[in-house]
Amino acid sequence: MSSPFYVAPEQQMKDRADFARKGIGRGRSVVVLHYADGIVFVAENRSQALHKVGEIYDRIGFAAVGRYNEFENLRQAGIRYADLRGYSYDRTDVTARGLANAYAQLLGGIFSSGGEKPYEVEIIVAELGTRPVDDQIYRLTYDGSIGDEEHFAVMGGSAETIAEVVRGSWTDALALGPAVRLAVSALAADGGPAAPAREIGVDALEVAVLDRTRALPRKFRRVAGERLAALLSDAPAEAQGTPAPAPASASTTTPSVPEVELPDVPGSPS
Amino acid sequence: MTGSPSATASRGGLPAAFLRTGSSSFVELAAAVAPDVLPGARSAPAGTTNLGDLTPHGTTIVAATFPGGVIMAGDRRATMGNMIAQRDIEKVFPADEYSVVGIAGAAGLAVEMVGLFQVELEHYEKIEGAPLSLVGKANRLATMIRGNLPLAMQGLAVVPLFAGWDEAAQTGRIFSYDATGGRYEEQAFFSVGSGSIFARGSLKKLYAPDLSVTDATMAVLQALYDAADDDSATGGPDLARRIFPVVMIAGPDGVQRVGDEQVGGMVDALVSGRRTRPDGPEAPVV
Repeated sequence: MSSPFYVAPEQQMKDRADFARKGIGRGRSVVVLHYADGIVFVAENRSQALHKVGEIYDRIGFAAVGRYNEFENLRQAGIRYADLRGYSYDRTDVTARGLANAYAQLLGGIFSSGGEKPYEVEIIVAELGTRPVDDQIYRLTYDGSIGDEEHFAVMGGSAETIAEVVRGSWTDALALGPAVRLAVSALAADGGPAAPAREIGVDALEVAVLDRTRALPRKFRRVAGERLAALLSDAPAEAQGTPAPAPASASTTTPSVPEVELPDVPGSPS
Repeated sequence: MTGSPSATASRGGLPAAFLRTGSSSFVELAAAVAPDVLPGARSAPAGTTNLGDLTPHGTTIVAATFPGGVIMAGDRRATMGNMIAQRDIEKVFPADEYSVVGIAGAAGLAVEMVGLFQVELEHYEKIEGAPLSLVGKANRLATMIRGNLPLAMQGLAVVPLFAGWDEAAQTGRIFSYDATGGRYEEQAFFSVGSGSIFARGSLKKLYAPDLSVTDATMAVLQALYDAADDDSATGGPDLARRIFPVVMIAGPDGVQRVGDEQVGGMVDALVSGRRTRPDGPEAPVV
């Protein structure tokens, strides 16, 4: 009968990290960056149904790479956390910082507990502030470490190579079109500067924005199909949501709805 | 309705129940993790029957369909017995991007239930990645009212009116409820609350299925005026304070609110018409 091996803690952690990294490295990458009106998520994803990017709350978005069942589980847990918190307190009390902390504790706990395999995921939690300087992007890795990223964040297989490309061309207050094109060109150059850039079409991309100009309280919106194609081809900017007037409030938890102007109203001055 | 220890056990920063693959319902989640936040978790000692005196009562809500969707409007009064508890309460809310809900009955409980209903719809949409159908939303609301039955029997009935744009049928639809959670689809127009009898009678004469959005809005404003005319618990337009009914429209472009300035202009026209004919516009006899 064999006795159990002694494995040094350093070695154990290293093995677990290697295992997680290998799982993450197999998947395609995700780029999240600031643009003029908010934050844009660009993922390479051939599936139209299995999303890598999702909405958590009014101003909070989620992106992930790695094992689908694991990050989908985390996404749903995040929605449950946010909705329960917003319902018990107030919608403004749901913050990306709180959620990122909860994720970090969960991932860290699982990574260092011997009983379970570590999650093979990396996630980004991004929050739209009221002003551009308040925007936040948190990046979390499989071991629960958490980074507060400036300007942009990249995760997935060739994150370093892709981040180099983004770093080279990112500027403050990019319009949405150039921001998406920058992200796509970076994703396409994941083979390194020596390799030719790959071709990534509309149907292999998943794009979503947290859009500050959106009138409704929920700022998350997917960009797909023709609108995405227009952004990629630098077509003349289609109506990109003119800044809406401050909407009227008539609600407890969903604070506002846009106003409408009725035609031919009796008694109106015109 | 009580959370089992395993449901509330925390795992890292997140309760273990959050990580379990479960239903897409926020109400079911809250019942497992934090049952005390739900309105249905509370109950008064058996035999209590007059809880209705504890909270203000909301009064009249009117809804009417038109070719481009459905309009819902509510007066602004909440009463406690013979007192006016609030003169600018809002009782019509967006439930989500394509539907609205108006409330009559125990105001405290009703507003809480609307908040819960809004989160329920949003939660489902985020978890599933697609919104519920309009009938699905109406059924969810019925389930929530059914859960309130014990309190309704003690005098805290909540009677909502639900309406929205049905994307599949490309039409506006209205649903009414009773205190036991019964759900009834209404045709063309409907009204709930203490002044609803008068409002419905008024709309019966003014409504036509092909009204324009402006005319349909005017018709529901007239109906609310008629309700306030004969029901003391329904508030008429407050011309001195410029407090007017809340009017929301659910159509293919989503839920929109008619601005107070426009409603004010329409109410001014309505009131000046009533100066010459206090009973409102005349309908032909045959």
